[in-house]
Amino acid sequence: MYGKGILKGLSVTWKRFWDTYTEDISWMVRGKKRYNTVEGVAHRSSKNTKGIFTVQYPEEQLIQPEEFRYVPFLVYDEGEEGRKEVRCTSCGICAKVCPPQCIWIVRTNDPSTGRPVPVPTDFYIDMDICMNCGFCAEYCPFDAIKMDHDFDIASYERNVYNLNKLLKPASYYNSIRPENAAREDEARRAKEAAKAAKAEAKTATA
Amino acid sequence: MATPLTATVDLIAKFPDSVTADTRPGYGGFIVKKENLVEVATAIRDEFGYDLLTAATGVDYLAENKMEMVYHAYKTTGGAGLIFRVQADRVDPVEIPSLVGVWAGVDFQEREAYDLLGIRFTNHPDLRRILMWEGYEGYPLRKDWKEPFFEEETKPFKSRWPDGQHTFAENKNPFRDNLSFPEGFDPEAYKPENEDDLYASLERFRSKGEDDRLKTDHIVVNMGPHHPSTHGVLRVAVTLDGETITGLKPVMGYLHRNHDKIGERNTYLQIIPYTDRLDYFNSMSNNFGYVTTVEKLMNIPVAERAEYIRVIMAELSRIQNHLIFIGMLMNDLGTMYTPSLYAFEERELVLDIFEAVSGARMMCNYFRFGGVVRDIPDFAIQKIKDLVHERLPAKTDEMERFLNENEILVARLKGIRVLNAEDAIRYSVTGPVLRAAGVPYDLRRADPYSIYDRFDFDVAVRHNGDMMDNYLIRFDEIRQSLRILEQALKQIPEGPINSQKPQYQVRVPAGEAYGRIESPKGELAFYVVSNGKPNPYRYHVRPASFVNLQAVESMCIGTKIADFVALLAMFDIVMGELDR
Ligand code: SF4
Ligand code: SF4
Repeated sequence: MYGKGILKGLSVTWKRFWDTYTEDISWMVRGKKRYNTVEGVAHRSSKNTKGIFTVQYPEEQLIQPEEFRYVPFLVYDEGEEGRKEVRCTSCGICAKVCPPQCIWIVRTNDPSTGRPVPVPTDFYIDMDICMNCGFCAEYCPFDAIKMDHDFDIASYERNVYNLNKLLKPASYYNSIRPENAAREDEARRAKEAAKAAKAEAKTATA
Repeated sequence: MATPLTATVDLIAKFPDSVTADTRPGYGGFIVKKENLVEVATAIRDEFGYDLLTAATGVDYLAENKMEMVYHAYKTTGGAGLIFRVQADRVDPVEIPSLVGVWAGVDFQEREAYDLLGIRFTNHPDLRRILMWEGYEGYPLRKDWKEPFFEEETKPFKSRWPDGQHTFAENKNPFRDNLSFPEGFDPEAYKPENEDDLYASLERFRSKGEDDRLKTDHIVVNMGPHHPSTHGVLRVAVTLDGETITGLKPVMGYLHRNHDKIGERNTYLQIIPYTDRLDYFNSMSNNFGYVTTVEKLMNIPVAERAEYIRVIMAELSRIQNHLIFIGMLMNDLGTMYTPSLYAFEERELVLDIFEAVSGARMMCNYFRFGGVVRDIPDFAIQKIKDLVHERLPAKTDEMERFLNENEILVARLKGIRVLNAEDAIRYSVTGPVLRAAGVPYDLRRADPYSIYDRFDFDVAVRHNGDMMDNYLIRFDEIRQSLRILEQALKQIPEGPINSQKPQYQVRVPAGEAYGRIESPKGELAFYVVSNGKPNPYRYHVRPASFVNLQAVESMCIGTKIADFVALLAMFDIVMGELDR
């Protein structure tokens, strides 16, 4: 019969239409919210989702996986009396590895000796040029630069971030990437312990 | 390194006066004398059976004062390739005979070499600029050419550290020393007079009115660059006789950014995120192609687990690409958006996985030399299993139920010729279009890379070469990809995900490498020349879309303008890759 194929196809569209509403109703009957809840969004990005599963951005957002990356930020540890202990040593690796070369670092030199000291005087990242590749975070040997989850940075100005704007506390980092942070802290502690043990062995022999 | 096979001896024995072996360390293949190029190439095609010329690349050896064209020829029956090259003195005009008469598939690539390197191909039928605009002066890929805002030959730039005071690039006056215009150029008064060349190139198809039919005027129609169905900013100039196409020329380069040159300024590692932006639907495949090429050059192994992860990602990418292809084809046929949004839904679920493993949905930047960045988290493995075992097979079936028997669709697709096998090979077309024409040529089988030789799957092939076959073969390929995925998920071992230590500067020994993979759109290949420095000396992409598009001219002539949009859709072009 001519037109059978079209009808067959339409049955698929009809099923989609039907599923969309029955899903909504079944969530309602079970007394759960399909929209604007984490559970609802998670279900809508799983294999079991049926019907239309649009996420109603910006009212609701997809759940960001831990590895999600947007632009980089600099991590500082919170010292006593709110002192910011910047992890960055201005070693320059991130500036060298950055593909579009959008990281600019001013290294600090000790005025009396002229030798470099391991803190940056200033640190700029041109966020309009950053291609969100994540290399800086990947290759920084001091866990000092990390990729952020916050992607709402649109503005009317050029987005050149300086040191001040780039700094975020370690607690923030731990909250967005708990697994990575735990792993890195572990590694750092192990390294420090090894160093201490070595120093101890040295004093013992001396 | 893909060095030639038994043909080595034969070629020199056959042409003792005009062919010599290339003995530079790290290089392979033959050097052919310029004067005998066409003769040798014909023999390579006809007597040695290398019927598929995949890449023709120009290289500027400034220090040696030479320009070189490198050709990579393969057999459609499979196996390793044959590299031959021809060198010319670097004095203007650099002239090399054109091979269009031997392999029609070098047409665009020779135009590209002319455009970017200034090599003149004698006897090329239509030697015009292809990626740069017509009035452009200079040849950007030459080693002595400098771009606007030029800072240094290679990255990293010294101005960034240790005294990196931020400045905007545009504050350095762009019009002073590193941008050159033709003499007396006035942008206000510029009229692209070379447009005439374009229309003249259409001319040769015009019917000369020798028959006694009613004489009608032919009209020229420009489709694009802003046309919803050209998949981006592609412009196509067509001459029409009524509704029948009598001449056609694609015009491209609107998205050109000279990816090759950017790559040559970058370090090896820095190129990886740039490859994401080629075919932005399949950044995983692009990464794959590039890192395999450099790994060949570096001669390093890939961690076992990483091999499986790579295959899983590449095949997931292929599935979503083909679903989108089907959806977009429907858009082009006028089925506005319902099928394409159904396809996008599944793609979203695949992208969720990419995001979980790599951190980004589209610009994945996930592969590294020797492996991948990080392991797949357990929940993502579970998600992949859910999709591969349950959802995607069911959704593929649903898509087929939805569309395949639709009478309007069948009427539009069935029996409309795309390409026959002979033409497809002649024009160096690869990928699904070649396979739908009856040539079972799939690099995963024909020239296996990575670990594809461990999986049990069939090369999808169909024989009619019409639009229906081109459409259906996408479903076949999705099914085969699912088969590969099932096996990969079962076999994937535990272990490290990179065979190397993380390094931001890799050491790449001097030499050349040509790496090719079966991307969803066809053969995606990279040609990299290293001179032992941290940056590649020559970095070239051979994108599937660009090379495949060559066939569009001959295949559309004689068809109706309404079919043209659908015919173009068959190549599944992506401008990010086509224009580079
Ligand atoms: S952020 Fe890390 S890599 Fe960059 S300069 Fe600071 S310590 Fe070095
Ligand atoms: S994410 Fe990539 S582009 Fe952006 S600052 Fe870091 S290295 Fe540079």
